[in-house]
Amino acid sequence: MKRIYPKEDVCIGCRLCEVHCVVEHSRSKDILKAFKRESPRPVPRVRVREDGPLSFAVQCRHCPEPYCVYSCLTGAMHRKPDGGVVHHDPERCVGCWTCVMVCPFGVLTRDVANHCIAPKCDLCPGRSTPACVAACPNEALVYAEEASYA
Amino acid sequence: MLKTLLPSRFIVERDPDRCIQCQVCVRQCGFDVHYYDAEDDVVRARDEQCVACHRCVAYCPTDALTIRKNPLSYRDNFNWRPETIEDIIKQAETGGILLTGMGNDKSYPIYWDHLVLNASQVTNPSIDPLREPMELRTYLGRRPDSVEIDWETGRLKTSLTPLVPLEVPVMFSAISYGAISLNVHESLARAAREAGTLFNTGEGGLHRSLYQYGPNTTVQVASGRFGVHSEYLDVARMIEIKIGQGAKPGIGGHLPGEKVSAEVAKTRMIPRGTDALSPAPHHDIYSIEDLSQLIYALKEATNYTKPVSVKIAAVHNSAAIASGIVRAGADIVAIDGLRGATGAAPKMIRDNVGIPIELALASVDQRLREEGIRNRASIVCAGGIRNSADVVKAIALGADAVYIGTAALIAIGCHVCQACHTGRCSWGITTTNDYLVKRINPDIAAQRLVNLLRAWSLEIKEMLGGMGVNALESLRGNRLHLRGVGLTDTELEILGVRMAGS
Repeated sequence: MKRIYPKEDVCIGCRLCEVHCVVEHSRSKDILKAFKRESPRPVPRVRVREDGPLSFAVQCRHCPEPYCVYSCLTGAMHRKPDGGVVHHDPERCVGCWTCVMVCPFGVLTRDVANHCIAPKCDLCPGRSTPACVAACPNEALVYAEEASYA
Repeated sequence: MLKTLLPSRFIVERDPDRCIQCQVCVRQCGFDVHYYDAEDDVVRARDEQCVACHRCVAYCPTDALTIRKNPLSYRDNFNWRPETIEDIIKQAETGGILLTGMGNDKSYPIYWDHLVLNASQVTNPSIDPLREPMELRTYLGRRPDSVEIDWETGRLKTSLTPLVPLEVPVMFSAISYGAISLNVHESLARAAREAGTLFNTGEGGLHRSLYQYGPNTTVQVASGRFGVHSEYLDVARMIEIKIGQGAKPGIGGHLPGEKVSAEVAKTRMIPRGTDALSPAPHHDIYSIEDLSQLIYALKEATNYTKPVSVKIAAVHNSAAIASGIVRAGADIVAIDGLRGATGAAPKMIRDNVGIPIELALASVDQRLREEGIRNRASIVCAGGIRNSADVVKAIALGADAVYIGTAALIAIGCHVCQACHTGRCSWGITTTNDYLVKRINPDIAAQRLVNLLRAWSLEIKEMLGGMGVNALESLRGNRLHLRGVGLTDTELEILGVRMAGS
């Protein structure tokens, strides 16, 4: 399965990945409308983590052994039988935050207003390359098969 | 008292209809121009700190930004121009030497723009480089005065000196590690290997991780002798003794201690955090004879396997100096002209010392020919080569190859904002700041450099073909392929070029 890998040695912390994630998951897919008109504004599903000069973008790793799926009480966090992409169904989410606690990468965040898990990375269905990878100006995100990248 | 009397040089214009407050500009600016006001949810700018490097403009995802010159008018005065006035204000406020980066930005004549190339029409056919082979390969180094053959064995009796092949007659100028980041050095090294040319370490040594690029490396030995040791010399393809630099002839270098990180310190073999001072002269070279000793010391140290280049700034007596350099045993003479760039130089030196490279190149080539020693050394022309036409004109004027520095940096992002000396380069080039250096991804930068050299090679081949020449060797020093426009008789005479139409 193809996954998104960050290259922290060339991640410059510009957060354009976050911007383009918002645009991709907006209703209009237009950057100005997404940020200026749509309410609520979509939240980025990728986050740049920074500590001093070190930075990298992290989103759901779509783990082969997804603890979030294993621990979900309601089945809201699930994986389709055909693929490795971990999905979240807000209709079934009860906001128990168990997945937030078990996620080893800390990529799941709360949508407190709706008492539900905030939208998470879906690897941009319908795109050959996820929006964050395509928008990274310094090629600090790579979309590749695990074997070929490692 | 006011903090400063200096007005802002640039104005940051932000289109509020397009700004989405994503703050990419805030994070990308190396000069802290943009800032986010959380209370008002707007991004604002401190115009006075803007250097017009355009990093924010390039990275703004909605094209909301543009940078304009501050239109603030002074009372018209041809003597006291805004730049002159502002320089005085700066010095009155600081009491220091005016520092700057990049090359001379003054309006001295650019002779390349007064030289035009020939093309074949009717009586001699032009060549189509897409259909016929076109030779750009160049060999740098000393050629023997004559060749003797042992007729019994059919072998050469004359012992030949090492030559360096270049697939394209363009090398990357000396830019030291410390002045630029390791990522930029690696990009230059990788591009040089892929394009079949050489990059130059500058005077700051060669990081161990780049030893693998040794066959495409010119290592510099400069007055500070930073990072010079036997292994450094052994890995290189060519050695260059740096006497002078076009941007600052006659003065030394100064890498501030803040830029001397642990790795820079290790590579330069100096304590971490200490200023790296390159003396103005080599303290063991006060004559051509002294220079000869260093040339032969380096040749001896490398067992006569590598050519030794001597790089000088183009100054009034370049021709005579070059003659001395060749007689001292140099295999290559590199001349760096008035418009050559630097990471940091006093502004007055950068803008007022040295002579245009075109004139220096023509006079050096002419002098070496007249003295019958042109074969003993290759000439490399540096300082202000902007495009492939400049390369072709330089070669027709007598250069064997050229160095590009500024053009190479522009290829990887530089916008010539002249703030290299601040160490805050937003493009991550002239800095050793850990946060900024990551902005050069060697994978991308090396490819951009290779693309540039490839594009120039194609253009050079087109120009050669147009002249009816199928090898660069046939153009070298062939000034009949050049004509001057808008030049005086004296200028034409020094350039050795005839007036257009004659």
